[in-house]
Amino acid sequence: MEPDRSEQEWITRCQRGDKEAFGFLVGRYMKQAYYVALGFVGSHDDALDLSQEAFARAFKAIGRFEPGRRFYTWYYQILKNLCLNFVRARKKRPIVSCALAEDVDGREPREPVSTDPLPDAQCEAAELRQNLWQALWDLDPEDRALIVARDMLDTSYRMLAELMECPQGTVMSRLYYAGRRLRECMERRMG
Amino acid sequence: MTELNEREVTLLMKALDGALTDAERVEFEQLLSASSTLRDEWQSLKRVKEVTMTMKFKRPAEETWDHYWAGVYARIERGLAWLLISIGAAIFLAVGIYQMVLSLLEDVATPLYLKIGVGAVALGFAILVVSVLREKWNTWKTDKYKEVKR
Repeated sequence: MEPDRSEQEWITRCQRGDKEAFGFLVGRYMKQAYYVALGFVGSHDDALDLSQEAFARAFKAIGRFEPGRRFYTWYYQILKNLCLNFVRARKKRPIVSCALAEDVDGREPREPVSTDPLPDAQCEAAELRQNLWQALWDLDPEDRALIVARDMLDTSYRMLAELMECPQGTVMSRLYYAGRRLRECMERRMG
Repeated sequence: MTELNEREVTLLMKALDGALTDAERVEFEQLLSASSTLRDEWQSLKRVKEVTMTMKFKRPAEETWDHYWAGVYARIERGLAWLLISIGAAIFLAVGIYQMVLSLLEDVATPLYLKIGVGAVALGFAILVVSVLREKWNTWKTDKYKEVKR
């Protein structure tokens, strides 16, 4: 995916030390960055903190940014490494329930809304969701981030391939194995 | 469990996304009827996918985005501040140590063995600094991900 012309111009301005231009890039990508970090770390405060820190580091390193690349692809590598370091350094598992919305539009509550017509089916689906959500946090952070990006954030294979710097077929394959591992974690949880 | 081949994985993932073309759908159905492994994988991953698709993160309050840039800006400023403090502190320290070593060596009352000891420590430290800096420089020159903080 080629960067658009205006983005290149903003980057050139950033490379001359223009913080306002960098503010434009931050505004463009902050939500994506936040949700990607949330997929890795699972808590609002940490995701906010890490995504902002990654932007600050990107600004410091912007002089070495290679023209022709997309800013977000480059920034993603910084963010991903920051998040992985954070997750590995953290001893205890994150409190993950607070990051999940009950409503499919991401509004207030805590679990995804159910579309099952019967109460029993709704209970079963809710339990399944709860187990699956917990199982996500048993996974390796890169597997989790991939599943979150594809299924929860609806990131295209094309974009994932660009971010992961590999062919789309490889992304599909990694997603398949991540899905299998998720299923295994879930089965273990459900006994 | 028998492993799926690359084509089966591709079709399976496309099927999970509802992104199969007509020809691929026919091919996938043929593979499904021929392979119980693929059938099992399809059923279980479809169920997992149906659930993950309904999960969404909470949306942060709008103020989060309003103040986002200010948070990044503060970090950039603080980074610059720390850089300046570090450079200043390093200069103070280096000059202080240099003056101390010099005064010890120039002092006629300082015994010879102490002068040799101080000189050896200073020389060893200088070699160590140069060695570390040279190693860092070589690593930096050859690292394609040098912009990435590990």
